Amino acid sequence: MLLEARGLEVHYGGIRAVKGIDLAVDEGELVCLIGANGAGKTSTLKAICRLIPSRAGMLRYRGEDIATSPVHALPRKGLVMVPEGRGIFRQLTVEENLAIGAYALGGGDPEPQYASFPRLRERRKQVAGTLSGGEQQMLAIARALMTRPKLLLLDEPSMGLAPLMVAKIFEIVREIARQGVTILLVEQNARLALELARRGYVMESGAITLTGTAGDLLHDSKVREAYLGEGVA
Amino acid sequence: MKFPAKVWIGTALVAATLIALPFALAYAGTAWVRIANFAILYILLALGLNIVVGFAGLLDLGYIAFYAVGAYAYALLASPHFDLHLPFWVILPIGAALAAFFGLLLGAPTLKLRGDYLAIVTLGFGEIVRIFLNNLSRPVNITNGPQGVAGIDPFRIDGFDFAQYQTLLGLQFSGPIKYYYLLLAVVIAVIVINLRLQNSRIGRAWEAIREDEIAASAMGINTRNVKLLAFAMGASFGGLAGGMFSAMQAFISPESFVLVESIMVVSMVVLGGMGNVWGVILGALLLSFVPEILRWTVEPLQDALFGRQLIDPEVIRMLIFGLALVLVMLFRPAGLLPSAVRKRELMGQAA
Repeated sequence: MLLEARGLEVHYGGIRAVKGIDLAVDEGELVCLIGANGAGKTSTLKAICRLIPSRAGMLRYRGEDIATSPVHALPRKGLVMVPEGRGIFRQLTVEENLAIGAYALGGGDPEPQYASFPRLRERRKQVAGTLSGGEQQMLAIARALMTRPKLLLLDEPSMGLAPLMVAKIFEIVREIARQGVTILLVEQNARLALELARRGYVMESGAITLTGTAGDLLHDSKVREAYLGEGVA
Repeated sequence: MKFPAKVWIGTALVAATLIALPFALAYAGTAWVRIANFAILYILLALGLNIVVGFAGLLDLGYIAFYAVGAYAYALLASPHFDLHLPFWVILPIGAALAAFFGLLLGAPTLKLRGDYLAIVTLGFGEIVRIFLNNLSRPVNITNGPQGVAGIDPFRIDGFDFAQYQTLLGLQFSGPIKYYYLLLAVVIAVIVINLRLQNSRIGRAWEAIREDEIAASAMGINTRNVKLLAFAMGASFGGLAGGMFSAMQAFISPESFVLVESIMVVSMVVLGGMGNVWGVILGALLLSFVPEILRWTVEPLQDALFGRQLIDPEVIRMLIFGLALVLVMLFRPAGLLPSAVRKRELMGQAA
């Protein structure tokens, strides 16, 4: 078990955004967490990488309790998040962004990233804020890969992108997974996420309501109705 | 070749100019050497503040407090006030370390603050330090209150006294000229440190927290430590400058560390170009020399034009000074020599 959460709770003041969920990711898996807006997906992800504190529950990464470890300690252990809205350094160049990505390891060669994202190599001197949405997402992923993650947390990589670009980003995610990086993917685009992932969790108002293999979920009538926009015959 | 002959010749010319400068200035009057010394002190202060404001993006309006800490540390440890006369190479590091400690003291409670809120707290901090200096004369007399500390020792190495007139190698060295060379050596060291910092791992971390703190922490940057380090390092340069100020002046009082001084240093950083070492140096030089030049030209100019003094020179000096600042902010909002990043940010090249 690479990542294990049990009874994880996140509160915002009096509001329980995540109500004691259980979630596990095995080494080498690509797992997705789907659900509607405000279901608590991003809160779950942020709690896992410690950007927000969890109120209760157990959180283990490679057998180690990380429920109280500081945010900045996790990238060094191989747990890296690509935040929602990308979180790139907009005023810095592509190169500089990648250099900061290598911070946790004390430096690194961006060459493998340029090899996987030729578009970024062409724009290495360009200011990140001037890249297109898709390129910014690529940069966010490439920057996270600079840390050589074991577990990559992706928060809505398809957000705000044109369908063609979404397909491209998902292709990249598939390729990263193929190279052996374990991925926990949070997505609103349930169909694409389930087609890509091996297993999935469905989240609804702070709780996990369904879980299973991606194939089963794709054919589940409730999922089809609620998230895939299909009426049940 | 990495360094072509042109670069070497240029460096040699600049070095020769800097070495010859105090003698040229002394020809115009020793006052000008003193003005040059103060300009170098301001460069030190501006470079220190640039670490906090320019590199790490934390607006600090109480920076002069660290200058005060360094100055008082020197004054109290090398004056008749406590009858302590420690050598300067012992006190200067103590002053810098003490200032760094005060930097941490200011940084720790303000870690979560940014922008306007941080500015307000740092402004308050600067005032607190000054008011303490003003009032720490009772019940135990530590700072001697508003009267200040007098008779502060000059720098001295084995009978080589920085305050005394001396003839060496057929050249006449006045006190200010000796201090000039010392300050020059220190400021060159500090410039080198700043340039190296900018392209270092820690400089990159500062850049990251300035841009986006959450993303920075998600990249494994310990934002708390990195911010505290910025405060402490910036403050230590202020403390160092303060110690040298103390020795040069031989007298200090809380009046030297008022809010206007903090604002002056911030203006130097902003005017020259936040985050760019050379810009900050230019800003400090301009804001130190231009008011002095105006002081020496406004009066004769009025006499020549009107035959009498129409406007008080002090007033006209501040008027021109303010006008210049406004114009620079209008036409070069990122500073005279902006850093690459600020240029993108403020001149809309990112759009």
